[in-house]
Amino acid sequence: MIVRVMGVGQFRLEGDAVSRLNELDDRAQEALDREDEAELDRYLDEMAALVRRDGEPLADDDLSASEAIVPPSDMTLEETKQFFSDEGLIPDIQQ
Amino acid sequence: MGLMSRTSAIVRAWYSKLLDRAEDPAVTLDYSYERQLELLQNVKKGIADVVTAKKRLELQTKKLETELPKLDEQARQALAANREDLARAALERKAFAQQQLQGLDQQIEDLEAQQEKLAASEKRLSAKVEAFRTQKETIKAQYSAAEAQVKIGEAATGIGEEMADTGLAISRAQDKTEQMQARAAAVDELVESGTLEDYTSSGTQLDRELAQVSAQNQVDADLARLKGELAASGQPKELEKETK
Repeated sequence: MIVRVMGVGQFRLEGDAVSRLNELDDRAQEALDREDEAELDRYLDEMAALVRRDGEPLADDDLSASEAIVPPSDMTLEETKQFFSDEGLIPDIQQ
Repeated sequence: MGLMSRTSAIVRAWYSKLLDRAEDPAVTLDYSYERQLELLQNVKKGIADVVTAKKRLELQTKKLETELPKLDEQARQALAANREDLARAALERKAFAQQQLQGLDQQIEDLEAQQEKLAASEKRLSAKVEAFRTQKETIKAQYSAAEAQVKIGEAATGIGEEMADTGLAISRAQDKTEQMQARAAAVDELVESGTLEDYTSSGTQLDRELAQVSAQNQVDADLARLKGELAASGQPKELEKETK
């Protein structure tokens, strides 16, 4: 499957790595629920590292959509909460 | 639902909102392309802003570094004048300036990282924009309206993700840059108020007292110099008198 790591790019990831990524994803979600910023950052970093290590990078001009997107790990807890809230953190593009 | 699915949903919602403005597929394509070009401009501007902020911090580092020996000298002069209170004040300033210097190093590193990220974003986005432009013309020329819808959906999704990602990177770099600019302004103020030259004009009591000590030292030094000169020029005359 194609995975995007935000701020890094897209990768093709297969097999065992996908299930390991999903496991880390569950733990990251739990860390966010506990509001444990250090753990959250650690899992997000691990996810990004796993995708980069075990994945095959997509060419820059590839227009394929990603099936999974790993959020950035360098956000504060507040930023992460806002990112996942209705308010959002990705700015609108003005018309 | 894990964080990845939530992130995908957020990103999808973001670019759907962007593309929902147009109903005609051809218009959607052109509209998306225009926004892509705008975003590319924004990344370039973001990179330029980061570079400007970084240069400002580098300049400050240099300024603060020249400030340290000055503050040392002030403290020394104050001590020579038996004003330990003033010497302490000058050394407190020095310690503060040193702290600022350490902070600046970290901030410059942060900005460098932001710059690299944005440059990588720009490279990815511009490659995708170019691919999208080619695909857009193909879709317009070769597909029926119904087929075009599907093809447009695919291309727009692929690039929409990149746009959301880039948009977030720009906005976060802007936040960082603004924070650094604000801190830089505060440090500038510190440097301005701390310079030796500005003592007489800059207002605090401490500044005036340090300036007085400094002036007193200068007067003492000049007096000593003049006495020495007088003695040097006077001595031969006395010698002459004695020989008569």
